[in-house]
Parts: sequence; C-alpha cells; structure tokens
Amino acid sequence: MATIVDRQNPFKTSLSTKFLWLGLFVYLAYAFSTLDIGWERFMLGLDQGGRLIDRLFPPNFTRWELLLSDLIESLQIAIIASVAGILISLFVGLMAARNMMPNVISIPVRVFIALCRTFHPVIIAILFVKAVGFGALAGILTLTVASIGFVAKLFAEAIEEISFKQVEAIRATGAGFISTILFGVIPQVFSRFIGFSIYQLDSNLRNSTMVGIVGAGGLGGTLFSAFQRFDYDFVTAILLAIIALILVGEALSNLVRRIFQ
Amino acid sequence: MSRLEIRDLNHAYVSNKPILKNINIDINEAGVIAIIGPSGTGKSTLLRCINRLIQPTDGSIIFKNKDVAKIKGKSLREVRRQIGMVFQEYNLVERLSVLENVLTGRLGYMSAWSAWRRNFTDKDIQRAFELLEFVGLSDFAMQRADSLSGGQRQRVGIARALMQEPAILLADEPTSSLDPKTSVEIMELLTQLAQDKGIPTLVNIHDVNLAKRYAQRMIGMSGGEVVYDGKPDGITDTHLKTIYGGESWLQ
Amino acid sequence: MKADALMTPVSNPAESPKWQRFTLGQRSARYMVYLIIVMSFFASLRTVEIIPEFLLDAPEQLADMFRRMWPMDFAAYPTTIHGAMLDTLHIATLGTLLSLILAMPLALMNANNIVKSSWVNWIAKFFLVASRSVNSLIWALLFVAIFGPGVLAGVLAVALRSVGFVGKLFSEALEEVNMGSVEAIRATGASFASVLIKAYWPQAKPAFFSILLFRWDINVRESAVLGLVGAGGIGVVLNDAMNLFQWPKVAMVLTTIFVVVLLIEFIVVQVRKRLM
Repeated sequence: MATIVDRQNPFKTSLSTKFLWLGLFVYLAYAFSTLDIGWERFMLGLDQGGRLIDRLFPPNFTRWELLLSDLIESLQIAIIASVAGILISLFVGLMAARNMMPNVISIPVRVFIALCRTFHPVIIAILFVKAVGFGALAGILTLTVASIGFVAKLFAEAIEEISFKQVEAIRATGAGFISTILFGVIPQVFSRFIGFSIYQLDSNLRNSTMVGIVGAGGLGGTLFSAFQRFDYDFVTAILLAIIALILVGEALSNLVRRIFQ
Repeated sequence: MSRLEIRDLNHAYVSNKPILKNINIDINEAGVIAIIGPSGTGKSTLLRCINRLIQPTDGSIIFKNKDVAKIKGKSLREVRRQIGMVFQEYNLVERLSVLENVLTGRLGYMSAWSAWRRNFTDKDIQRAFELLEFVGLSDFAMQRADSLSGGQRQRVGIARALMQEPAILLADEPTSSLDPKTSVEIMELLTQLAQDKGIPTLVNIHDVNLAKRYAQRMIGMSGGEVVYDGKPDGITDTHLKTIYGGESWLQ
Repeated sequence: MKADALMTPVSNPAESPKWQRFTLGQRSARYMVYLIIVMSFFASLRTVEIIPEFLLDAPEQLADMFRRMWPMDFAAYPTTIHGAMLDTLHIATLGTLLSLILAMPLALMNANNIVKSSWVNWIAKFFLVASRSVNSLIWALLFVAIFGPGVLAGVLAVALRSVGFVGKLFSEALEEVNMGSVEAIRATGASFASVLIKAYWPQAKPAFFSILLFRWDINVRESAVLGLVGAGGIGVVLNDAMNLFQWPKVAMVLTTIFVVVLLIEFIVVQVRKRLM
C-alpha cells in the first residue's frame, strides 16, 4: 500500500470551518427575514434609551419602607426555600443514587428530579401562583422545587462516585442501613454537598428577586409594577437594592465556603 | 460444636461458572488460619460469604447456632457485628478521624438514632483509645484517616475490627498492599491478638512463606476447592504445585 | 511483640499538623454557621406573610389546575405556538451569537496572560460581573422599556445576560493555555493577532465551543420565559393564554417547551460528545 503524502498547508481553513461560516450566514439571513428586528427600530430605541437613562437617575429612595419590606420578603423566600429544598434534596438525592437504591426507587426519583429541572423557575412560579395565590408562599414553593432540581441531581451524582469499599467496611461491622449511610456515605460526600448548597443559596437569593415578576412575592413584583408605571427612578432604586443583596450574598457565601473548606 | 462450620458452600456469580465448589471447613481453635491460593480462586469470595457481604448460592455457614447463609435483617447484623473484618485496601472512611473510624466498629451495637447523634458510650470511647494504643497509634487519634501511611491504616482497620469484640476475625489479603517489612509487622500483630485474645483469625494471603511463618493451620485453595487443610509443616512442594500450578516459581 | 515496636515514625512530620482535623476556631465557626442558618430559617418562617390554609389547599388547587388543562389544545400548536416557539429559538440563538461578539474582547481583556495590565483586567471584570448579576428577566424589562415589546428586546436581554457567563468562562479557558507554545510562536516574531490566532485559539477552541453550547442550552430555557415581560417568543403566548384562562392552551405551551428543552439538551450532549 502506497502512503499518500498529504502536504496541504496545515493552516488553511478546513472545509468544515467554511461550512460553519456559510451556515451561520444563511441562518442569520433567514432569522432576520422572519423576525421583526429592523435597523430603524434599533436606532429609534437608542434614542429612547438615552431619554430612559435620563429618567433612571437619580435613584428615588423615598419609598424606602416598601423597598425594605420587599427586600426582607425576598430574603425570607430565599432562606426558607433553600433550607427546605436542601433538606429534601438530601433524601431525594440519596434515593436517586443508583449505587445505593434499586431501580424501582431510583428511576422514578430521577424522573422527578428531571421534571424539577426542566422548567425555568418562572414557569414553575406561574403554576404555583395559580395554585396557592399571589405572595411569598408561591415563591417559596418555586425555589424549593428549583433547589431540588439542582442540589438533588448533583448530590446523587456525588454519591454515585463514592468509594464503595468504605461502605462495605461499615456494613461488615454489622451497622444498619441508616448507620451505614451516616458513617460510610455521608463523610465521603459531605464537603461537596456543602458546596452545592452554598451555590444554591446564592442562586435562590438571585431568583427570589425575580419570581415576584409573576406575582410570587419579593422585590420582583414591585420592580415589575414600577416598570409598568414608568416609575424609572424607583426602578433604579430597586435595582441598586437587588445588586446590593446579591453582592452581600456572594460575600457571605464566600465566607461560608472558606469556613467549610 | 465448632465456632464456625462451613458446610457444602457453593457460590457462582454467573450460573454454571462456580467460584466456590463444595467448601467444608471447621474453625474451632484460636490463632491464625491462613488461606492460600492463587488470585481468582475464590479466597475473597469465601470470606465475604462468611459475613454475608456476598450471598452464597447454597450451602450453610453455622455460626453461634445460626445459619448465616439464611438469615437477614436484624439477626444478620447481629451476626456481622461479631465477625470482624480487615480489608486489603484497609477501607477506612477516609474523611473521618482515626478515632471515629475505630468507633464505627460499634455501629452494629447502636441504634441509628444514636449513630446520628454520634452518641458513643464513654466505655466505647475509652476502649477505642486503648485499642489505638494497642496498635501503636495513640498519637494519631484525631488525625484524618487519609493522612496515614498504608501500614498505619491497616492497624486502624484492625483496631476497628477489634472494636466489634469479634468472636472471629476475617482478614482479606491484609498485607498485599504493604511493603515486606510492614507486612511482617501486620502479620505479627494479627498473630499476637489471635493468641492473646483467643480469636480465630482467617487470613487470606498469597505469600506462602509469610503464611507458614505465622499460621498454625493452613488451608490451600485451588479452582474454588479446598485442596489442603492442615498443619503448615505438612504442606509440601507437591501441594503447592497443585495449588498454584507450575513449579518454576518454587525455586 | 510490643506495642511500641509497631510504632513506625510519622512519615512526614512537617505535613501532619495540617491534618489536625478541626481547630477549635474552625469548629465554632461551623457551629455559628449552622446556628445562624437555623435561626434565620425560623425567623423567616415566623415573619413571612403566608397563609397556612393556602399551603394545605395547594395540592387540591394544583390537581384542579391540571384537570382543567386536560385535554390539551393541540389545535393551537400550528396556529400560534409553532411560530412563537421558533421565535424563542431565534432569540436564544441570536442572543448567544451577539453575546459572543460582545464577550470576545472582554474575555481577552480579562485574561491576565494576554493583557498584562491589571487596570484593563479590572475594567473587563467589572462588565462581566455586572452582566451576570442582573437577571435576564430584568434585562428584558429594561430593553422592553427602550425598544418596545418584541423579539429585539429578547435578543438583547439574552445577549447582555450571557456576556458575563461566556466571557468569564472563555477567559478562564484562555488563562489555562499552555504558555510554552505561545512563547514559541511569539519567538518567531509573529504579530499580536497571529499569536492570538495560531497560539491561543487552537488550544482554547474546544472549550470555546463547549461554553457556547452550554450557554445556548441555558438560553433556550431562559428565552422561553422572556415573553412574560413582553420580550417576544413563546412566553407571550403563555402569558396571553393564562390571562384568558385558556388552560388547555397553557398545557400545550408547557408541553412544547418541555419537549423542546429536552430536545435541545439531547442535541447539546451529542454535539459535545463529538467535539471532545
């Protein structure tokens, strides 16, 4: 068999790259033809944007009491949902781990987790608002579900990666199922679980300021109505409050992460 | 009535490919009983059948008037807690401290609720410290298990097994992951406690010389069957050839 | 055999103090964290304004809602849902592409092995963090206020939200590049642009596509809800159907979103497998 010496310029753009570019341009042309995005609209918007920015400043804190009570409600939603969601995730995650549970349990639990994950929190919030009415309760339920979708999934994966030898050794001492979990499984996954939980607490804090847009309590509701009433200087005040909340949350979670390292 | 009677024990992971064939063993005496044989001959499976980490296909294992092969749930756990086990790769819970690892030997005696609260009795804690002293690791009690060397970990593994106050001890290749000097130390430790505490100790081992040096009885296995059972000095090159096959390694 | 004969010297005395499990300080810090969490949990529970009866009622209300959703309004799919779903996919895709254009310079500026000036690094970092801190729905609200309701606001919201994510991850990928080969190319006298294209890019390319796909997947989920604040796509249809209490149509919309999200996730997983 003769060896074919291929001496192409190695830096030449390959055929697949060319196709990628071609595909990109065809897609862009198609997308812009179907969508209602026009240049003049964009320019008009920029003009509008300039005026908007004028109206955003200075931020208006005169309704600080409303702002504060909303901020506290967001915080309450985030805390309750995180604690509830993380506690539930401990059990749900364990039940979803294929190396600890038989398929009859793990498969339905995995489907449940996937359902919790697939929908955006806002959509879940809409459903809960319809079910339990406007207010913080819908927000709490929403973020609890979202927490389960994230923490339980990662926790189950962490359990599936543990060393089973350590579990076997604890089993050999005559320990029961729960004791085996406590001493053979939990020590191996605890620090990762803490990591997921802190991440979720942070993310719940962010989302608790948003679920209000569909009526599930917290700052979001006030923000949405401020937008609708063109109350832009109050919008800025709310946005600043949200950013402050997120920054404080981030600082706290960094602190907790350091403590648990 | 022996302390442990294994009768007609068979095991197959895949049907028609038996890994244990009609094993019959009586364990009565304290001291080290070495089980020798090549890898894959079912030594580990045999030990794991005794404390039912593996469910044998059929046969019986009589321990304290109970057939271990048939019981389950609470009575199985009560049997397991009286059978200590030492593992080839130590199998310590790496993120727990040395002391906590030793204390896990008491889990079979505690309710899940006490285990959750880590509510070990003062007596247990006292005993754990004594055992650590016995294996020479008092200074390491509060360190995490994954900071220890192999030989130290194995000694923690032995202390954990002793914590169960076992009537019998199983050691699955306890020296295979260790260097020769440490291996000797571990074998000496096992022999010492088998004699001092009067615990029959079944040790899987593939190093024949080490086995001969410490065991008072040797069981040779080949192809899932017991082919020799008797005094160490009764074992001849002919026996070893049946057990391991070939002979070039004997020179 | 004596116990002390078993004592082998500690293998690494310098290292062993590190493993002292927890100092008293660490332990109490942990307990403080637990205590604060428990306290704030119960404080929140006591003060939050919820009506317990509503919670007890929730399962029944949910069941009632699902009953009203069935049978789904399949007829609505071809008339309104299909087009709106395509809009949503366009929002996600165009938003991701636009975010790339914005994120690239920021990622380069943020990578401290490309731009050595810490000043520039900090400026880039500021924009990346700002982009990530503001939720896409809030971006959408802003852009709806500026450009009016519609797809344009959605695309911009997705893009601005994704810049921080894509930029941060891509600059991390650039920072992990093996500097040896970069220096080798620089040593040939290549210009800055050539070094970027021939030294950094080939090494960061797999990470780049992987980040892009990952964000696209997230953006499809996010753009499905942007319509609730008027930023186009399937969310608009969902919002209208809910305001008119057309539950069978709501169910059809949710099912469509569910299927599309699963499909996109499947595609992304498959493509990533090929890329890796």
